[in-house]
Amino acid sequence: MRRLMNVTPNRGGRWLLALLPFALIAMLYAMASAQRLAVNAEDKVLPSLSSMVQTLHRTALEEDRRTGERIFWADTKVSLKRLGQGLAISIAIALVLGLAIGLLPMMSATFSPLMAVISMVPPMAILPILFIAFGLDELSKVMLIIIGVAPCLIRDLALKVSQLPKEQLVKAQTLGASTWQVMLRVALPQAMPRLIESTRLMLGPAFLFLISAEAISADAGLGYRIFLVRRYLSMDLILPYVAWITLLAYVADTLLVQCSRRLFPWAHEVRA
Amino acid sequence: MSAISVRNVWVEYGEQIVLEQIRLDIESGAFVSIVGPSGCGKTTFLKLLLGQERPTRGELLLDGAPLPDEPGADRGVVFQRYSVFPHLTVLGNVLLGPELQASPLLARLFGAKRRAQREAATQLLDAVGLGESLHKYPAQLSGGMQQRLALAQALITRPKVLLLDEPFGALDPGIRAEIHEVLKKLWKETGITIVMVTHDLREAFTLGTRVVVFDRDARRKRDAERLRYGAVITQNIEVHKRRDKNAVLSSAGRDDPTPPQAPRQDDLAPVLS
Ligand SMILES: Nc1ncnc2c1ncn2[C@@H]1O[C@H](COP(=O)(O)OP(=O)(O)OP(=O)(O)O)[C@@H](O)[C@H]1O
Ligand SMILES: [Mg+2]
Repeated sequence: MRRLMNVTPNRGGRWLLALLPFALIAMLYAMASAQRLAVNAEDKVLPSLSSMVQTLHRTALEEDRRTGERIFWADTKVSLKRLGQGLAISIAIALVLGLAIGLLPMMSATFSPLMAVISMVPPMAILPILFIAFGLDELSKVMLIIIGVAPCLIRDLALKVSQLPKEQLVKAQTLGASTWQVMLRVALPQAMPRLIESTRLMLGPAFLFLISAEAISADAGLGYRIFLVRRYLSMDLILPYVAWITLLAYVADTLLVQCSRRLFPWAHEVRA
Repeated sequence: MSAISVRNVWVEYGEQIVLEQIRLDIESGAFVSIVGPSGCGKTTFLKLLLGQERPTRGELLLDGAPLPDEPGADRGVVFQRYSVFPHLTVLGNVLLGPELQASPLLARLFGAKRRAQREAATQLLDAVGLGESLHKYPAQLSGGMQQRLALAQALITRPKVLLLDEPFGALDPGIRAEIHEVLKKLWKETGITIVMVTHDLREAFTLGTRVVVFDRDARRKRDAERLRYGAVITQNIEVHKRRDKNAVLSSAGRDDPTPPQAPRQDDLAPVLS
């Protein structure tokens, strides 16, 4: 008998083990839901699977009587646009500032302390300021994501760049590189996999900020919808929405991993 | 193709004196081996030549002019580690120098220019025996292959001076001899000045036209005194003239500019044990 720490599942076993907890949760839910509905057929807290499918069908495939839109897809589109804009701008800022702070001692001396302070500001606490400054529409929501995400990305990227071996930087200079060229050909490519990695980690917070902002002030969006129907205890809509948001985040995460493996093979176990 | 002149150079880190009274003239096209016990300041000396560190006293001249105080394209280098870029293929690593120098803005070459440089890079890689591995990443190469790549990468931009810091330390004797041949050939073809730090005395004498020994004065080796005295050049041995392959060690110590307190002995063993 081998030690437990040396026992590894094979390919099929891995799948099975991964699915097991999910199946268990689904089963527990179905049981609890059936029990509650048996006691009270009008119960809304744990809706049955069929009622959730029904609601999802209604919101995703039928046009809303008032707006003429399929609200599920309209919400998704609006939310993803906000999220995409917020993340894209954060990444752009992080690339410029992170590389500069990591590579240039003058920039680091100027901005490192500022970044350390800014990344400690709780973004939710300044949400009212954002609403006042940027109005109640799109801009303030995108700003919240940027303020919540960009400082962490900047700090992480700057750290990574400043950890490049000194030898590499000297070496590049002996090949005739200027500061700009070192940034472009040495620091940037080696920072990219790390940037993707930290973007993955920031996906969760980004969704958090998005949904918070939508909950407080919006007229569409996944977060808006969840908080709107909360008044009617519409768990049959809330639960599918939560599952959908989770799936979106999971897919985004997987895409980022694949992207990194494709574009930067040297950063992923190239050892032959 | 460049002479280096080191004039009474001192290096101090705070209280600690690392190097003192270093005087050395390296003629153009020489191959200087530097040996000495661990921690005596050999790497520090290379960093001076590189422009990565500045002397606290004294001055360094390259072809009569003060040495620039930052690394530049006239002085190539191969470190013991981290000399090649992990995110570039073998070919990309060698192409990097030409690309940096020919394209200030994008640092990339396209079309005919790229093909020409690619041709040159491939030839050089063939010469160092890496012609088969053009598209591998450094992590997929053995230690010896990585060092050969680093050599090719440093040499393709034709620096005036090549600085090597224990470049072959981690290699087994077979590969080492192989790289020695490659290095000797490239040195003779290009006529560059080479300064190499090594722990291997055989290597120092077979490759070098001159062997320079760094060490602390033997009489000051007690711990308390260690920090207050730096290493000096205790031996400066001309092995053979550049073109004169068959000269022997007979000229040892002949033009020795050693400071008077250094032990004058030709036996290197006690110094380097
Ligand atoms: N940045 C630094 N700050 C303080 N002391 C340093 C610094 N760099 C080197 N030293 C000291 O200078 C001395 C010489 O270091 P150096 O790296 O030049 O030795 P070396 O001869 O190359 O040794 P080895 O053969 O082990 O590589 C050491 O005692 C080291 O502690
Ligand atoms: Mg050293």
